[in-house]
Amino acid sequence: MENQQKLLDAKSLKVHFPIRAGFFSNQLGAVRAVDDVSFHIAPGETLGLVGESGCGKTTLGRCVLRLIEPTAGTLEFEGRDLLALDKKDMRSLRRRMQIIFQDPYSSLNPRMTVGNTIAEPLKIHSLFKGKDLWDRVAELMGQVGLRPEQIKRYPHEFSGGQRQRIGIARAIALNPSFIVGDEPVSALDVSVQAQVLNLLMDLKAKYGMAYLFISHDLSVIRHISDRVAVMYLGKIVEEAARDELFKNPQHPYTQALLASLPVPDPRMRRKAIILSGDLPSPANPPSGCYFHTRCPVKEKRCEEQAPQLKEVAPGHRVSCLLLDR
Amino acid sequence: MSKQGEKTYFSIVMARLVKNPFAIWGGAAVALLFILAIFAPFICPYDPGVVETRILLQAPNAKHWLGTDELGRDVLSRMIYGARISLMVGIVSIGIATVIGVIVGAISGYYGGWVDELMMRFVDIMLTFPTFFLILAVIAILEPDIMNVMIVIGITGWMGVARLVRAEFLSLKQRDFVVAARSLGQSDFLIIFKHILPNAMAPVLVSATLGIAGAILTESALSFLGIGVQPPTPSWGSILTEGKNYIEFAWWLSVFPGLAILITVLGYNLLGEALRDALDTRLN
Repeated sequence: MENQQKLLDAKSLKVHFPIRAGFFSNQLGAVRAVDDVSFHIAPGETLGLVGESGCGKTTLGRCVLRLIEPTAGTLEFEGRDLLALDKKDMRSLRRRMQIIFQDPYSSLNPRMTVGNTIAEPLKIHSLFKGKDLWDRVAELMGQVGLRPEQIKRYPHEFSGGQRQRIGIARAIALNPSFIVGDEPVSALDVSVQAQVLNLLMDLKAKYGMAYLFISHDLSVIRHISDRVAVMYLGKIVEEAARDELFKNPQHPYTQALLASLPVPDPRMRRKAIILSGDLPSPANPPSGCYFHTRCPVKEKRCEEQAPQLKEVAPGHRVSCLLLDR
Repeated sequence: MSKQGEKTYFSIVMARLVKNPFAIWGGAAVALLFILAIFAPFICPYDPGVVETRILLQAPNAKHWLGTDELGRDVLSRMIYGARISLMVGIVSIGIATVIGVIVGAISGYYGGWVDELMMRFVDIMLTFPTFFLILAVIAILEPDIMNVMIVIGITGWMGVARLVRAEFLSLKQRDFVVAARSLGQSDFLIIFKHILPNAMAPVLVSATLGIAGAILTESALSFLGIGVQPPTPSWGSILTEGKNYIEFAWWLSVFPGLAILITVLGYNLLGEALRDALDTRLN
């Protein structure tokens, strides 16, 4: 694993949002949206990032693109230290990394035509000019399954699925090597979800970009990912190759998530694991293991000791004290 | 290239305006002001500056529909020329206020942090001045001249626009399409002007329309006090001033310019409110 080539390498990333109040804006505390997260993505690989709402998935996704500045940690992309780049270098590196958003209704400028929206990245990086530019836009529209004659239409004339395709065309316009998909299919109807997922997989097969695919939907994650990381309250609690994770989940949180996944076999009996309580506040996380407040198998030491991610099998890392026995 | 869809948005707004009787009446009043002001030389029955001592203070009659003033000048003609002042004051002073307000609000809302803090505290300070007395003081120091009046109304009236634009920027800069533009490597300048500003203009348009009504009132008041438009240039406010000395026996000198101010201000206000409803994106 270690000698494998890394496209993106994040170490001990932290994003803390300060909580300020009072006349002099005293800092009262911090929301630990991303709390000491390390992971990597190989070229052409899809890492699925799964977790419930509010666990910091979206923040992590934006942080690796430096759309949100990390509070601490290191971030390497294509061998370069991302956090050391100045504004100008960062801007030019942005063509290598892109993002696809969750809400297709807010991700497109309502006052810009589809053509201008897709042409924008090409114009920013001065890649095409004049007729070539519009030919490229038409080509991109074709690649994502839009009709090039819709080039002068406005976003409100399209359905959610079509809008998502526009967002995808914008993201692939610069041939990036890495795309963050921030719940790109969650807002779509199930039938459209499948189409968009397949489009993303086709594009990957064609251009070989890597995805960080964020979702709360395990079926979607299972469909698209090569490896899966499970996030809970700002931390990665388990990370493994897809099949390994779905067959052999080690962390009690992952086990609970997988138990909630419907299985297409009515005769198969499974033990339901019901998690009690709500996600604790990331502004005031529990002591010890963050999951101990809801863990069905917790022991006394879980309240005091914070577990570290440990490799239990090649490429399979879990953060749970109970595995130390 | 943006014709087709822009037309759809524009036609949605127009369709809503046409359905609103307030918009029709307000729009008609404003349109009338524009027509009178632009075509004043062709519409006026008399030269507004010609003094006719034989027909002093005539009540409205067939030859002089709105009567004559104390120098025998035709009141209707003077009021039509006065419409030019009102139109100009409204557009120029609110134009100045809107430009300053948009720039301050955009920078404040987009960059945030200490820039925002500094600019908004400056806005707070500006708002503590009683605007009208500030204008009086400035005009008293400068020449009482229509250009000065317009500039002073403009630079004392931008704070509301700045706050409005700042609020729009604060909410719009969080939207995904703005984050998308940043992730594409777009420059701050183009993010502000291509992505955020076009989506923030609807409330600015409404506030400008309503602001014009206020500016016209301010100009009338200043002219009434004799420190706005200087004679012999006719303005509704200055006609009112001249009329007040004769109000006991020449009511037409006060009533008609007063009505003109009323109708114009009401027209702009109705139009502004109708625009606010028509541009409301939540109704889309």
